[in-house]
Amino acid sequence: MDPKAFVAGMSALGAGLAMIAGIGPGIGEGYTAGQACAAIGRQPEAQGDITRTMILGIAMAESTGIYALVVALILLFANPFVDMSAGKF
Amino acid sequence: MGGVEINGPKILWQIPDSIPLIGGQPITETMRNAWIVMLFILCLCIFLTHRMQKIPQGKQALAEKAVQMVDNLVDSAMGPNNRAFSPYIATLLLSSFCGSLASLFFMRPVTGDLNTTLGWALITFALITVNKIKFNGIGGYLKGFLQPVFVMAPLNVLSEVATPVAMAFRHFGNIAGGLVITTLLMAAMSALSRLVLGFLPVPLLQIGLPGVLSVYFDCFTSAMQAFIFSMLTMAYVGDARSAG
Repeated sequence: MDPKAFVAGMSALGAGLAMIAGIGPGIGEGYTAGQACAAIGRQPEAQGDITRTMILGIAMAESTGIYALVVALILLFANPFVDMSAGKF
Repeated sequence: MGGVEINGPKILWQIPDSIPLIGGQPITETMRNAWIVMLFILCLCIFLTHRMQKIPQGKQALAEKAVQMVDNLVDSAMGPNNRAFSPYIATLLLSSFCGSLASLFFMRPVTGDLNTTLGWALITFALITVNKIKFNGIGGYLKGFLQPVFVMAPLNVLSEVATPVAMAFRHFGNIAGGLVITTLLMAAMSALSRLVLGFLPVPLLQIGLPGVLSVYFDCFTSAMQAFIFSMLTMAYVGDARSAG
C-alpha cells in the first residue's frame, strides 16, 4: 500500500475520532443552559447576571471541544505525519 | 475534492533579506486585513467624535452610549476603581468583532489566524501576571503557586500557562471552524446543484442554506467570541487585582 495514502486515511479516521470529544461540551453546555433557565424561572429579576455567568461558564466548558476541533483541523489540513512518512514505512 | 480550498492565510509578500532585523518576514493576508480593520475602526472613531458638542446629538450620542456601555460592563465585571481597563476592553471588543466580521466583506477573518488571538491572549496574560505581582508582591505571587499544598505546584504552573493558550485557541477555533464549515457547505451545495439542476448555468442551491448558516457562524459567533474574550480578560484581571 502507498504509505502516504495509508497515513492520510488514518489521519482522517483520527480526525473523526477526535471529534467524539464534542459529546462532553454538548452535555455540559446543555446542563448549564437548563440550570440557567431554572434559575431565571426562580428569580426573573437576576436574568442579566445569570445570562452573563452562564455564557462565561459555557465558554469554559466549550474549550475541550475546541481543543478537539483544533486537533482535527491539524490532522486534516496541516498534517505533520504525511511528510514524515514519505521516506519511511 | 474539486473546488474545495481551505488554506491558512496566504503570504502576499516577503520582506527582502537585505533589510536588517525584519528581513525575510512574510506579510500575510491576516496582516493586510488587520490593517484594513484598524483603519476602518480609526475612521469610525474619527467620524463619530467629529465636531463634538456640549449636548450630545446624533452620532456623538451613539459614541457616548457605546463608551458608557463598556464602562458599565467593566464596572460590573471587575468591580469599582478599575475604569482604567475599559479602553483596553473596548479595543478588544471592537477589533475582535470587526476582525471576525471581515469575512462578510470577502476578506479572510483576522481572528481566523492563531497568531492574532495568541497575541491578544499574551497581552492579557501579561496584564494578569503584572497585576498579581503588583497586588500580592513577588513573594505572594510565587507563594500562590504552592496553594493549597506544595505538591500542587506543577499543576498550578500548568493552569497558569493554560489560561492564554485556552483563550487563544477558543477564539481561533470558533472562527476557523466556522470558516471551514461554510467553505465545505458552499462546495457541497455547488456539487449538489450541478448534480440535480445541472441544466442551469448557476449553482442555484448555493442561495439560501449557506446564508442562514453564515448568519450564525459569521455574525453570531463573531459577537459571541468578542464578548467572551473580553469577558474572560476582565474576569481574570479583576481576580488578579482583588487578591490580597
